Amino acid sequence: MKTKILLAAATAGVMFAGSVLASTLDDVRARGKLNCIINTGLVGFAAPDDKGKWQGFDVDFCRAVAAATLGDADKVNYTTATGKTRFTKLAAGEGEILSRNTTWTFSRDVDLSQTFIGVNYYDGQGFMVPKALGVKSAKELDGASVCIQTGTTTELNLAEYFAGNGMKYNPVPIETNAEAQELYKAGRCDVYTTDASGLFATLYSFDNKADHMVLPEVVSKEPLGPVVRHGDDQWADIVSWVLRAMMAGEEKGITSKNVKELAAKDNKDKEINRLLGKDPLQGLSKLGLSPDWAVNVISQVGNYAETFEKHLYPLTIQRGMNALYKDGGLHYIPPIK
Amino acid sequence: MSSKTYKPGSYPDLPPPAGTVGVYGWIKMNLFSSISNSLLTILSFVLLYYLIDGIIGWFFLDAVFDADSKIECRKINDGACWAVITRRVGQFVYGFYPDAERWRIDISFLTMFIAFAPLLYPDLPKRKWLLWFSGIYPIMAFILINGGILGLSKIEYNLFGGFMLTVILGVSGIVCSLPIGILLALGRQSKLTVVRTLSVCFIEFMRGVPLITLLFVASSMLNYFMPPGTNFSILVRVIIMFTFFSAAYIAEVIRGGIQAIPKGQYEAADALGMNYWQKTRFITLPQALKISIPGIVNTFIGLYKDTTLVVVIGLLDPLGIGRAALADTKWNGLSTETYLFVALFFFVSCFAMSRYSLWLENKLNTDNK
Repeated sequence: MKTKILLAAATAGVMFAGSVLASTLDDVRARGKLNCIINTGLVGFAAPDDKGKWQGFDVDFCRAVAAATLGDADKVNYTTATGKTRFTKLAAGEGEILSRNTTWTFSRDVDLSQTFIGVNYYDGQGFMVPKALGVKSAKELDGASVCIQTGTTTELNLAEYFAGNGMKYNPVPIETNAEAQELYKAGRCDVYTTDASGLFATLYSFDNKADHMVLPEVVSKEPLGPVVRHGDDQWADIVSWVLRAMMAGEEKGITSKNVKELAAKDNKDKEINRLLGKDPLQGLSKLGLSPDWAVNVISQVGNYAETFEKHLYPLTIQRGMNALYKDGGLHYIPPIK
Repeated sequence: MSSKTYKPGSYPDLPPPAGTVGVYGWIKMNLFSSISNSLLTILSFVLLYYLIDGIIGWFFLDAVFDADSKIECRKINDGACWAVITRRVGQFVYGFYPDAERWRIDISFLTMFIAFAPLLYPDLPKRKWLLWFSGIYPIMAFILINGGILGLSKIEYNLFGGFMLTVILGVSGIVCSLPIGILLALGRQSKLTVVRTLSVCFIEFMRGVPLITLLFVASSMLNYFMPPGTNFSILVRVIIMFTFFSAAYIAEVIRGGIQAIPKGQYEAADALGMNYWQKTRFITLPQALKISIPGIVNTFIGLYKDTTLVVVIGLLDPLGIGRAALADTKWNGLSTETYLFVALFFFVSCFAMSRYSLWLENKLNTDNK
C-alpha cells in the first residue's frame, strides 16, 4: 500500500512538473546556460582536461546545442550522472539533454517517456581477451569469467549471447570502466566486455597493447545518442537538427575553418546556403533559432567528422559504421530544405 | 677494587655481563641467538631490502612528477607517473570551482580550524569569544562557498568536487548529526510514548536501510516531491541524508553510553531534587558522552569515508575526480597513482580524527572505573 501511494505521488509529481514547465528553449535562454547531463568519465566521450574543462565526443554535442540555441558553445553547465542515475536526472529536469553514450532501446524510449533524437555513434558490444588465453572467437568463451559493468545494456546482451550459444560464464560485476581495467589487468576476469569504443579506449591505455586483442564478434547493436524528455517537440527538433547540421557539415565539406567563408558567399549548392542562413530555410522560425545557428555550431564546435577526429581518432577508433552513408557508413541524414 | 669489603646487603649491583646489553646485546639476543635465527634474519633483511628498494624506486626515485601525458611519463622513466596528480592538483582539491574564486574555499577552510578550535580544545584562551565565531561560521562558510549575495558570484553546485566536496559533506554531516543523535538517544530513553516511538522508528529505519539507497532517494526521488521550479540543490539533499544516517548510529552509540552509567548516579541526582533537564545536562550527558567518545569518533570516521559513495549518484568527490582524470585520453590507465593519492588524503584526515579522540579520552579520563 505504501509503495503504491509513493508511486502515485512520484508519477503525479512527474506529470505536474512536466505540465508546468514552459518551453525548454525559453528556459535555457532565460537561464543563459544549457544544462547537459554527461558521463562521470569515459575515455574519448567525456572527461575533464587538466584545466577542468570537459572534453569529449558527447561533450561536444552539448556544446553544439549551446552554440545553436545561445550562440556560445561555452555556455553549458555539465551535470555528471552514472549509468543508474542518468534517466532520473533527465526526468527530474536536472538537464535539458542527456548526452551520455546512451543506447537507444524500445523500453528506454517508450517506457521511460523520453525521446531519442538520433544516433551520434553506432557502437556494438565486443570482447577483449589476453592473447595468452588462446581464444580466437567469442564462441570459445564457454566457462570464462567476464568483467561486466552493471546497470547497462551490455549486461543483458552478455546473458543473451551466452545463453543463445549454450555457453556458461561467471560474471564479475563492476561499477566503472576504470575499475574494470584494473580487474582485467590483474587477471580477475578472462574477458572484458563493453562497447567496442570502450574496448579500444581501454586497450589504448595498456602498456602492453600487443598482449591483448579484441575478438572479431560484435554481439549487439548499440546505437548511442542524445536523449531529451518527452513533451517538448520543439526542443527535440532543435536537438536532432543540431546533430544533423553537424553531419550535413561533413557531407557538404563545411568545416570550422571554412564555414565563415562559405556563409559569406553565395554557394552553388543551395543546401549549403540554406544551412548557413544565406537562403531562407522554411520553418526555422518555428524552432526559435536564429539563421546563423548552424554557422555557430560548425564554427565553434566543428562538423561531425571534426569532433570524431578530435576525440576518437587518438584512441585508434575507426569511422566504420560511423562514416556517412556515401563512405559506406550508416549516417544518412534527411535533406535540409 | 675486589679487595673492598661490604656490609651484608649493601653490595652494589654488578653491571650485566658484557654482550647482553646495548645495541650489540639486543641484536645478539633477538636477531642472532641461534644459527637458524641468524639465517632467518639475513633472509628477512634481503627481502626487506628488495621490497623497500622497489617501493622507494617506484614511488620516488623512478617516478615522474611532471609530464604532459602518460606516454610522456613512460618515456622519461618507468616508475609512478605522479604527473596525473601534479597537473590536476587543483581539480583534486577544488573540483571545477572557478580558478578566480578559489580563495573563497581557502578562507572557508582555514577559518574552519579557528571555528573548530574552541569546540575541540576546552582550555583555549579567549574561548568565549571564539565560540561566537564558531556560531556564525556555518553561515559565513555557506555564503562564501555558495555565493550569490554580497557581490560574490553564485557558484553552481555541479562545479563542486574534489576534497572540498568531501570536507563539505563530511564536516556538515558530522556537525549536524551529533546534536540530532543526542536528541534521538534521549528520545529513545524517554518515558513519553510518542517521543520514544518516533525516535525508535527513525533510528531503526535509518539503520535498516543501506546508505546507498538513501543516496539514490536523495538523487532521484526527492526531486519528484518538491514543488516544480524549486531548485533544491543535490548537495543539500545529500548532506541531509548523510546527517540522518549517521545521527541514527550516533544515537545508538550514545544510548550505549547512557545505559553504562551506574543507576546510583540517577538516584543521586533524583535525591538532589534535579529535574529532567538538570539531570540530563549535569549528570547523564557528561558521563555518557565521555564513555561514547571512541564510538562517536568511529561513526564519524565511517561517515567521512562513506562520502565517497556519492560517486554512484554522479557527484565528483576525490574518487570521482580521480576516475574522471583516468577517463582523459592522456592519463588513461594510471589508476594506481590516482587511487593511492586519494587513499593518502583519506588516511591523513581519518588518522587525525582518531588521534584527536585518543587525546580527548586521555584528557577526560577520571579513572573512576
